[in-house]
Amino acid sequence: MSLLQGRGLTRHFGGLRAVDGVDFDLEAGTIHALIGPNGAGKTTFVSLLSGRIPVQSGTIALAGEDITRLPAHDRVRRGLAYTFQITSVFPGLSVFDNVALAVQGGTRPDRALAQAVPQALARVGMAGMQRETAGTLSYGHQRLLEVAMGLALAPRVLILDEPTQGLAAGEIAGFKALVRGLVPEVAVLLIEHNMEVVMDLAQWITVLNFGQVLARGTPDEIRANPAVQEAYLGA
Amino acid sequence: MSRVWALHLGLLVALLAAGFLLPAYHATNLARIMVLAIFATGYNLAFGYTGLLSLGHAMFFAAGMYAAGLPAWHWGWGAAPGLVAGTLAGGAMAGLAGLLALRTAGVSFMIVTLMFAQAFALAILYFNGWTGGDEGFVIPDASRVLLGADLRQDLPRYVTAWGLFAAGLIAALALVGSRFGRVMVALRENEERARMLGIDPFAAKLRVLVISGLYAGAGGAAYALLFGYAGGSFAGIQYSILPMLYVLMGGAGTVLGGILGAGIMFYLTDLASTVTDAWLFLVGAALVVLVLFAPRGILGWVRARLWRDLP
Repeated sequence: MSLLQGRGLTRHFGGLRAVDGVDFDLEAGTIHALIGPNGAGKTTFVSLLSGRIPVQSGTIALAGEDITRLPAHDRVRRGLAYTFQITSVFPGLSVFDNVALAVQGGTRPDRALAQAVPQALARVGMAGMQRETAGTLSYGHQRLLEVAMGLALAPRVLILDEPTQGLAAGEIAGFKALVRGLVPEVAVLLIEHNMEVVMDLAQWITVLNFGQVLARGTPDEIRANPAVQEAYLGA
Repeated sequence: MSRVWALHLGLLVALLAAGFLLPAYHATNLARIMVLAIFATGYNLAFGYTGLLSLGHAMFFAAGMYAAGLPAWHWGWGAAPGLVAGTLAGGAMAGLAGLLALRTAGVSFMIVTLMFAQAFALAILYFNGWTGGDEGFVIPDASRVLLGADLRQDLPRYVTAWGLFAAGLIAALALVGSRFGRVMVALRENEERARMLGIDPFAAKLRVLVISGLYAGAGGAAYALLFGYAGGSFAGIQYSILPMLYVLMGGAGTVLGGILGAGIMFYLTDLASTVTDAWLFLVGAALVVLVLFAPRGILGWVRARLWRDLP
């Protein structure tokens, strides 16, 4: 039994088969990357997992519990965290308040904020920035704050939607180290366009194309897969 | 934090002292302002802090007014049970309206709350045999006694208004500084993000609306009992607009915005009414000017420029 399991997940928008009968398994303690060309249905797929969009058919289970019909906020409280593709912090609130909200809403909401917030910030290298207003941070720091909020939820599964988008090369190296440090306590589902990051971090890769699974396997298997090369890697 | 509490408690002490020092005319005005400020402070929790732009708060205010006034009129209830009943009626009405209206957001929420309030106002007129309709009714003197104090007299009336306002202000200050207060602001700033942090937006907003309704109900009940009259005009649209105006003037999302805005607008309309009958025109003009030129209000400006931690 995998930690997060999807079976036959389907979501059509009119005639567009955004996600079309996808089976998916995320094993505990692993980093699993989801890749595919633009419009392959990656973001729709993780929206189904996180509950932001309801499924039309199929089932989702978290640690054996059926969560298909649970609203998004209940999934978060059960340990399924999602960080947004477009940076989505609370710009008018302090860094402390941003992370405190995640602590309050997460799987262990009773934790003392005065300890839990600095811990989460320290893990992303933002210790000492609690008082700053989130909207005035640099873009890179806002992305890190977003990750800190994900960590502060104390999740079992962390879905990172294009986390390195817009980061400088130096920041990406730090980011990889950060994500690597999350496992094995947290299982990570990574949607990522940067193939170097994917090949470096992921133990497993699933390739989506036209809303369906084109291939899945280890990075080496995916690299050697002719169908993937044709559809995506631009061979 | 202690500076914040010092400011708010200091203001309450000054307000209490004003009741003993001011001439009777201004003391009565200030009592009325404090009662309206209870209403406005509750409105601010929903609108200023949580971003719930309701146009139906007159319904919660009137619910409190009639829940205190009607039993006094028909059955001779006293002021203490009237205040309790009025407060609870405001909260219950807000809960009922919220269960339906909170399925919508933004402009739709404004319209749905407005429709509920209009229906309530019409119901008051329709059952005029029992509610007194448009003419309203005078609260019997025997019901205007609170714990032995005669609310028709200036000082007991002032102290009662002050006590209710002080309780509401301290509760609001504690609420916005709590964990739930942080959730309120998060819903205003970015509801979808809050949802993905495990916060149930519907449940949280319903809770805020009920709290806001409790304030409105307490304000309405106090208004009836302290000033001796309940009438259908208090359920009209202008009593939904007024708390919004007070809050916009004083500062949306500031604890003291309600009393500051209520005080300024009260004296502005008081001054204007010595010149013209068209005081509603002044209210409209003030609303337009605020929205166009000073959307943060007075204390919003203070927070942005001078005192970042002002709650």
